[in-house]
Amino acid sequence: MNIAPDNQRKELVMLIIGEKLSIIAKRVREAISKRDKQPIQDIAISQWKSGAGMIDANIGPAEDEGEALMEWMVTTIQEVVPLPVCLDTTNYKAIEAGLKVHNNQWGKPMINSTSNDPERYNMLELAAKYKARIIGLTVGRGGLPADAEERASIAAEIMARATEYGVPLEDLYLDPLVLQISTSQDHALKVIQAIKMFQELNDPPMKTVVGLSNVSNGCPKNLRPIINNYFLALLMYEGLTAAIADPHEIMPTVKTIDVILGKTLYAHSYLEIT
Amino acid sequence: MVFTPPKESYTGKVYSVTIGIPPNTITFGGENILPFHSFEGSYPNRPVIAYEIQDVPPDDWPDTIREVYKDVSSNPVEWAMFCQDKLNAKAIALRLIGTHPDRENRTPEEAAQTVRDVISSINVPLIILGSNNTEKDAPVLIAASEAAKDRNCLIGKAQEANYKTIAAAAMANNHKLIAMSELDINLSKQLNILITQMGFDKEKIVIDPMCSALGYGLEYTYSVMERIRLAALTQNDQTMQQPMLGDVGIYVWKVKEAIAQEGDVPQWGSLRERGIVWEATTAMALLLAGAELLIMRHPEAVAIVEKAIDELIR
Repeated sequence: MNIAPDNQRKELVMLIIGEKLSIIAKRVREAISKRDKQPIQDIAISQWKSGAGMIDANIGPAEDEGEALMEWMVTTIQEVVPLPVCLDTTNYKAIEAGLKVHNNQWGKPMINSTSNDPERYNMLELAAKYKARIIGLTVGRGGLPADAEERASIAAEIMARATEYGVPLEDLYLDPLVLQISTSQDHALKVIQAIKMFQELNDPPMKTVVGLSNVSNGCPKNLRPIINNYFLALLMYEGLTAAIADPHEIMPTVKTIDVILGKTLYAHSYLEIT
Repeated sequence: MVFTPPKESYTGKVYSVTIGIPPNTITFGGENILPFHSFEGSYPNRPVIAYEIQDVPPDDWPDTIREVYKDVSSNPVEWAMFCQDKLNAKAIALRLIGTHPDRENRTPEEAAQTVRDVISSINVPLIILGSNNTEKDAPVLIAASEAAKDRNCLIGKAQEANYKTIAAAAMANNHKLIAMSELDINLSKQLNILITQMGFDKEKIVIDPMCSALGYGLEYTYSVMERIRLAALTQNDQTMQQPMLGDVGIYVWKVKEAIAQEGDVPQWGSLRERGIVWEATTAMALLLAGAELLIMRHPEAVAIVEKAIDELIR
């Protein structure tokens, strides 16, 4: 299949990292185990067409064959979709294997993720070596951050490590770690506050990212899109740069908030424009 | 300390639009900068001024402007040739004002014949305008589009009430299209979306946000044009990246300052100069707001604006 870089797409103010290629999903898990490209490519194309600017490839810990698997995922996705890939695994070697085959013509890849845990600093080495973007999850060894202030202080640590390893701060996306609203309700507001505080840690402001759907993990299925979308609206108001999410589910919110914030000119058909 | 002027860079770019048939084509738009900010980026095409003529004698035009065309204006073919050959017009805008039900109420067939006559006698690109009666413009512009088939004209104006027929006619006969809305930026964007949803190429549209004369609402036109251009360049809004038209002459040559006799308002000075300067000033303001294509009437006003463009792009 012959595909060209996706220059036609309007550069969305917020980057949507399509979340649907996750090993947690049965269809994806089965396709991966059979190395069946078709379902993976169908999902990737659908995410791209509905507004994703990057595709998350979540292969889990992938302790066996992680390198071969990530290589296969990246090439399978980029055969049909002219977007960069977010390499989502804790397996260092799998990340490196993915970065080696990644087609940077379609944008810089992203590593998901590093944190303030010294065992995860090696991901920063990879980001520097391959000029990749990287998500900095604001957790350390001491467990979950208590509030926005602690998230910001961990963020500052990660920024210092990134600079030390030679990763430009514009390639670092700070992730406040979204928790489940059903078990950690007070953290929803703390995450929103953290998005604001992260940006104040640097000039130009730091970039930010969330794993959006985690907020509604464990909630009844019919509530999940409602919670995800309203939470996203509040995060966007605070200046969120990127979200790992399902573009099908959130596109009306993204477009509407862009209109409300004056980032897109209103027209009656604004929802129909890609 | 040496002063370095700050430079903006823009994410979007205006489409370039070409009208006419080789070798006599003309292209406008194509820049990725605000008007005349050539120090910040690329400004490949000079703004274009088209001379306005019409299908019936200009009995409604004031003397200052009728005087210029008095020997030719009873015949649109002679008028067009005069503009092309004597005034060196880069493009000609033929307004089919005689089709208006309140005017001569000419039929679409008569209008088509005028288009055929004019287009076969000139080389420069032709812009074909209706009478701005949305109901009548639909059949008139269909007939005009067919009469000028494959001549790559600019046809208009498609408005909310009639865009479907006019856009379809322009598409079927390979013309570019003017999309006009009435001083409303959101409706302008909406109209572009609706036209492109019909399958019309968004890069073949020219936006007319509706003109107005100096002293008569020019600041509204200016603001809408400015905002459209900012959406195109700074927000990379692909529904708003078309070049813009300033239909200047028709709005200027009816205002009091361009027609009031010297005996009635002696303090205003020469009537002739007043009209010319009013047209030139209105046109210049719209260029600064972002227009790439102007339709004007008086050659001396055109000369003033061309000279100002020379100085700005030098």
